Amino acid sequence: MSDLISQNLNMIFKTPKGETVHALKDLNFTLKKGELLTVLGPSGCGKTTLLNITAGFIRPTSGNITLNNKEIDGPGVERGMVFQQGALFEWLTVAENVNFGLRMKKKDPIETQKKVDEWLEIVGLKGFGNTPTYQLSGGMQQRVALARCLINDPDLILMDEPLGALDALTREKMQSLVLKIWKETGKTIILITHSVEEALLLGERLYVMAPRPGRIHKEYNLPFASMGLKEDLREIKKNKEFSEKREEILEMIWNMEEEIMGKDN
Amino acid sequence: MLTQILTFLIFFAVVGCILYGRRLIRTEKVDAVFGNPERALGGTHWVIVGSSFLLLIWLYYSWDIAKGFYPKSANELCQVAKVNDSLLGLKYQFPIEEREFKSTSQIKKENKNLRIIQSEIQNSEELSSQQKTILTSYIRKTNQLIPLLTNEDLLENETKQKIDDITGKINLLTENFKKPDYPFETEQELNKRLEDVNKEGGWGITKVDAGSGSIENTLEVPLVPATYRGLKFHTAAQELNLISDEFFKLRNHNPQFKSKIKELKDEIKSYRKDLNDNEEVASTYAKNIIKIARRIEFASIYPPNALDKMQAAIIKFENAQIDAQGGLRLIDIFLFPAGTIVASGPSCSEQGSGRWLPKPSDTFNKFILMSKPSVGYKDIPLLWIQMVDVSKMIGFILPDWIADILPGEYPVHTKDGIVKQNFKGGVLKIVTGDFNLLKVPVPYGHIWDSFLRVFLGLVFGILIGVPLGLFMGLNRFAKGFFDPLIELYRPVPPLAWAPLIISVLGIDNTGKVFLLFMVSLSIMIISARAGASGTQLSKIHAAHSLGASKKQILRHVIFPNSLPEILTGIRVAVGMCWGTLVAAEFLAGTTGIGFVENVAKKYFQYEVIWITIFIMGMLGLLFDITLRKIIDKTIPWRGKG
Repeated sequence: MSDLISQNLNMIFKTPKGETVHALKDLNFTLKKGELLTVLGPSGCGKTTLLNITAGFIRPTSGNITLNNKEIDGPGVERGMVFQQGALFEWLTVAENVNFGLRMKKKDPIETQKKVDEWLEIVGLKGFGNTPTYQLSGGMQQRVALARCLINDPDLILMDEPLGALDALTREKMQSLVLKIWKETGKTIILITHSVEEALLLGERLYVMAPRPGRIHKEYNLPFASMGLKEDLREIKKNKEFSEKREEILEMIWNMEEEIMGKDN
Repeated sequence: MLTQILTFLIFFAVVGCILYGRRLIRTEKVDAVFGNPERALGGTHWVIVGSSFLLLIWLYYSWDIAKGFYPKSANELCQVAKVNDSLLGLKYQFPIEEREFKSTSQIKKENKNLRIIQSEIQNSEELSSQQKTILTSYIRKTNQLIPLLTNEDLLENETKQKIDDITGKINLLTENFKKPDYPFETEQELNKRLEDVNKEGGWGITKVDAGSGSIENTLEVPLVPATYRGLKFHTAAQELNLISDEFFKLRNHNPQFKSKIKELKDEIKSYRKDLNDNEEVASTYAKNIIKIARRIEFASIYPPNALDKMQAAIIKFENAQIDAQGGLRLIDIFLFPAGTIVASGPSCSEQGSGRWLPKPSDTFNKFILMSKPSVGYKDIPLLWIQMVDVSKMIGFILPDWIADILPGEYPVHTKDGIVKQNFKGGVLKIVTGDFNLLKVPVPYGHIWDSFLRVFLGLVFGILIGVPLGLFMGLNRFAKGFFDPLIELYRPVPPLAWAPLIISVLGIDNTGKVFLLFMVSLSIMIISARAGASGTQLSKIHAAHSLGASKKQILRHVIFPNSLPEILTGIRVAVGMCWGTLVAAEFLAGTTGIGFVENVAKKYFQYEVIWITIFIMGMLGLLFDITLRKIIDKTIPWRGKG
């Protein structure tokens, strides 16, 4: 059982003004090994909070979340994280960034080097090992971030809007890469996104979250991710079912936003 | 010679570059848009023009161009100045450079003084009316002395004769001076003079005895006339000195004046003698009146037209000497800007910009001289290498208490008077450096001392400031605990600490290094703190989830992430330290560049002052360039992350 299980997860923040914000309320879900979950929702619905709790950066107010029957109580190597801006270490080269985790664990450098080369090839950065990261484009930086995370062989990969800052074309390529890696490694992945299309394309499962208090509003099981492994992503987007789902979710999020902002907007 | 070539080179460079620049402007005019920053790129030719102008201004205003093209001009102008100096006393008697006769202005002045005393006496409350009457009569009598001097009828024939004598001598000198072979120098005299000229050396630093180890025995302007024209003026000046002395010895005292002033003096003397102790005010006034009477007595006051002929003779000589100057006047006007050569008594000196702005050629010569380790400054070279025993260094580094804390006792001499060495004694020998080992070359000198102080202050500042700053950037306790301390001492200008620190820690290196340590410490703490607290949270999160421990995050994420701030801080600190050091060396010390400048200031060694300014500028630039190189090498990602 290497599942991610969340039981009655609650997260309450106190703002400096003294107001309490119910970021997450009674979150219950189970993610089986090898599943790809995308999380979608308007801003302020607690997506990132959920991710931070899962990563172990913050503790929930109540309830618990376990991975492989072990309670999460701090950051760990078994949960790798990919950030929106890459969060690469710009004083290191691509290869040094990728092997950062192994270096911290003081693994044998020769073995490490081999692994780094392997992963650089998988993410399509072969030959870029000695390039300084500040010379890379946004897409390449995200590839490095992916490789850096994957080289540690985590059970669960957490992605916080990893493709948010990329241009459309790069984004599409990266989406294929994520799917490819998911298939090849069979990792459990949680991916947070703002893009409905991305959530539909990549998510084997999809949670639409609602704000105030943050909760799972609706859950989908989708076929498009497994289709995406074989077909071109653009073909899937033309799929009728895909369009229907997209409209449905968009409508849902629109309604949520209107609820928050008021109808006038 | 070099100056001449340089002047021409600069001139052609300026002209050439301006022409090139103009052509470039004309061709670019079509496509260039105002405000486009590209237009500021390039332009080496304007750099040449700019630096050439700077050099040219230096050459011109330091009178190096005059020295280069007319090396004898200063010596000749010195002779002219001697004439002016000798003539000055006589000229001031007449309305030649002044507005009125010296006699007139003196009479005006003393009349005014008498009036002031008069009104003071009248208004005084401490004087009795009887005293007032007596003092007023003295004033009147003093006033009546003046007409005795200015009355032409009373002028004695003997005095008239002497005035005519002096006038005749001036006229004779003028006649002689106009003759082409005026000083009538014999061959023997010529040889003697040329020998003296040779011995004395030329203008500026042409002859310096480097062997003596001193750079102070240089003569600004040579005194002995080197040219024939100079000799004319030199001789005339000597003759004028005699004439002038004769005139000022002359006194226009006729018998009437003599008896009157004697009468007055005696009167006042007996009056003062009879006064009581409590009548001091009256005594003082009487004394002041007699002072004025004495001034009138010795003031060379003559009847209005008695000196007319003499005035004419002096003006005639003045014209003759100006004529004799010829081209020298033009050189003086155009090549000696903002000043000229001035004689006072037996010596000549540069007065004006040539004085405080040393000639490039002189400065260069002096720099070469000072760079010689045997000369240096104050017996210490600027920068040289000396052989130092390694044992001395070890003894300096290892603290002596290492031997003290060892078990056992130090050796005690036996009754035979023999000292047997033991282990503890042996260790003491090592920690005090009392042993022989190889010698190694170590730099020393003023520049090295200054450099070392900055370096040590900086290193200590970095070693303590960076860890502390990082700690403060990451820890609430550290920030709160150390912040008040740092914020209290940091805003104080470093030099304000200097007197305190120097008096506590001494004028040697310790005090200065500590002062610089204080300067760099606050800068390093603040920059390291800014670096640490500026680390993006996502990077730290990433490192955490990649399995890094706290220590590893500090070492591999926070420290490298703070490096840009830290290195920028070092750059700022170097500049601050350098500035503070020089000022601290001004205050106290026996070595260092600032010390050299301070001593040079005391002896008006302008060349040395400029050399130290130049050295400091170059070293500062060197530090900055080195750091910039280091920064570019170590943090190439700066501003690109």
